[in-house]
Amino acid sequence: MSAVIEARGLSKRAGRATLLDGVGLTVAAGEMVAIIGPNGAGKSTLLRLLSGDLRPNEGAVRLKQRDISSYTPRELAARRAMLSQHINVTFPFTVEEIVLMGAGERSARDAGSLVDAALDEVGLAHFRERQLPTLSGGEQQRAHFARVLVQLAFGEAEHGPGLLLLDEPTSSLDLRHQIDLVEAARRRAASGTAVIAILHDLNLAIRFADRLVVLAGGKLAADGPRADVVTREIIRDIFEIDAVVHQGDDGVPYVLPQSMRAMVPPR
Amino acid sequence: MSVAIGTEARSTERRPSARRRSASFAIPLLIAVLAVAAIVALSFGAAGIPLSRLPAALGLSGESTAMTARDQLVLWSIRVPRIAAAAMVGGLLAAAGAIMQGLFRNPLADPALVGVSSGGALAAASAIVFTDSRFGETLRFLQTELLPLAAFAGSLATTAILYGISSRSGRTSIAVFLLAGVAITAIANAGIGLLVFIADDRQLRDITFWLLGSMSGVTWTKDAVLAPVLIIGLGACAFIARGLDLLVLGEADAFHGGVDVERLKRISIVMVSAMTGVAVSISGVIGFVGIVVPHLLRLVIGPAHRLLLPASVLSGAILMVGADTLARTIVAPAEMPIGILTAAVGAPVFLFILLRQRGLASL
Repeated sequence: MSAVIEARGLSKRAGRATLLDGVGLTVAAGEMVAIIGPNGAGKSTLLRLLSGDLRPNEGAVRLKQRDISSYTPRELAARRAMLSQHINVTFPFTVEEIVLMGAGERSARDAGSLVDAALDEVGLAHFRERQLPTLSGGEQQRAHFARVLVQLAFGEAEHGPGLLLLDEPTSSLDLRHQIDLVEAARRRAASGTAVIAILHDLNLAIRFADRLVVLAGGKLAADGPRADVVTREIIRDIFEIDAVVHQGDDGVPYVLPQSMRAMVPPR
Repeated sequence: MSVAIGTEARSTERRPSARRRSASFAIPLLIAVLAVAAIVALSFGAAGIPLSRLPAALGLSGESTAMTARDQLVLWSIRVPRIAAAAMVGGLLAAAGAIMQGLFRNPLADPALVGVSSGGALAAASAIVFTDSRFGETLRFLQTELLPLAAFAGSLATTAILYGISSRSGRTSIAVFLLAGVAITAIANAGIGLLVFIADDRQLRDITFWLLGSMSGVTWTKDAVLAPVLIIGLGACAFIARGLDLLVLGEADAFHGGVDVERLKRISIVMVSAMTGVAVSISGVIGFVGIVVPHLLRLVIGPAHRLLLPASVLSGAILMVGADTLARTIVAPAEMPIGILTAAVGAPVFLFILLRQRGLASL
């Protein structure tokens, strides 16, 4: 499978602070990658560099075999879609209007069926005419996810497998919608999209991704299949907590921080 | 319950929402209202022309009497150019407000807020005081031409300074832009205060009248200045509408959605200053049109700029034609400064928006 995005030696500084220091990352079509790491590790900075929103001080990002800075914003939007963490909409746009924003210049009629499908997928079809600012934080997040899915779908129809970037997409979602979102992302990966997500919940990250990338202090601390990355040693070094890694019944590992394990009744 | 609603919605056909239905009527309806307002405005004034005499005066019927000749003189040399100017000034101010609110993602943003109007006012007041005292009677005649030019130049200069302060290496900070605007407004007001202090009685009256805003003394020449700006502005509105919609998501996410955010901001800032500058240069400072009109429209037709911007132009035009007609008639044969009327209506609406916003924020 070919690389959808390829980053080499990315460094980003803000004033004297080094936010990111020599990070490289390559993600192929159909691959799901979770970025984990403590606060201030440079996760969001890395994602913004990969989205083309920020320019690195050193290093380069290639999206679909072309330098990312050579795309116009519109060309870029047809090849990568990104869901940000906090989006505060002040004007009374309806859910449907927000989702339609993912369709670019296309009219409501041309984009209608994709907008419907995306609203169904995030479970907001019954809220389509509600004004976005009147919805809860989690519902707003799902509406924006639907918008991003519409943008991705139109882009992929024209240019083939694209890149989907998710910055803590589950932070304001309840448990059921966290799983729904992860499964929606998985379906995209199954059809060729390269997916990169920042996640704080280690267990969700393990379930979500084929591959985990660990950032710490602006540097790449680990990058590999979950079995290699999710170890007691790495968790202790990176997050400074003691945790036990169990094997689940389905062979997928899960992480239990020590202090919490004490509260679980013995079997 | 929510599950039941969900399945029901899934099975229904796509139908236009209530808002989209009302939106499709908006433009034709506003054009019709503007036409009626203009006809009423033609009839009222210091020299009344009853509606029955209007067709003859406009040259639509063959009759020709001494009365018709008088009516025609009043209409074509005074009233028509004035009503056209009022409509265009209102349209420009409302559209400039709507664009600036989209740019700041804030329904309370307004060109008057960031000193663009004040910069124009300072330049105009300078023109009134200095052309008078420095050059005496020889240059008095220039003042009529100088005043609009000075106001226009002042607005553009203010915007250029603002842009210079708030733009660093190709990125424009909206917060710095807004705060710099507050500072520039204060500086401009201090300058105006100084001019008021040194002005003689007659100059003071000129300055005051101009600061309060008025459509009196409008000629076809001024219409010829307004019309191209309005036409170019409307064209540019269609060009930036989608970008302003996506900007509501924030600059980063508008960029993720394919908008060239820096270019959008540059175009919007130039448009706002040109539209405000030209309007202020013709009519003086008229506040609140830019805040009230777009806000009320958003409640009815929604916030999408493709419709909001042209609807703002039409509604601003209706409001200003109506306000000018009132200003001409309520204390006839004298005239009420139009800025007093718009402020009296606009300021309470501004406070109402503020209170509603606080209500939302505290939820």
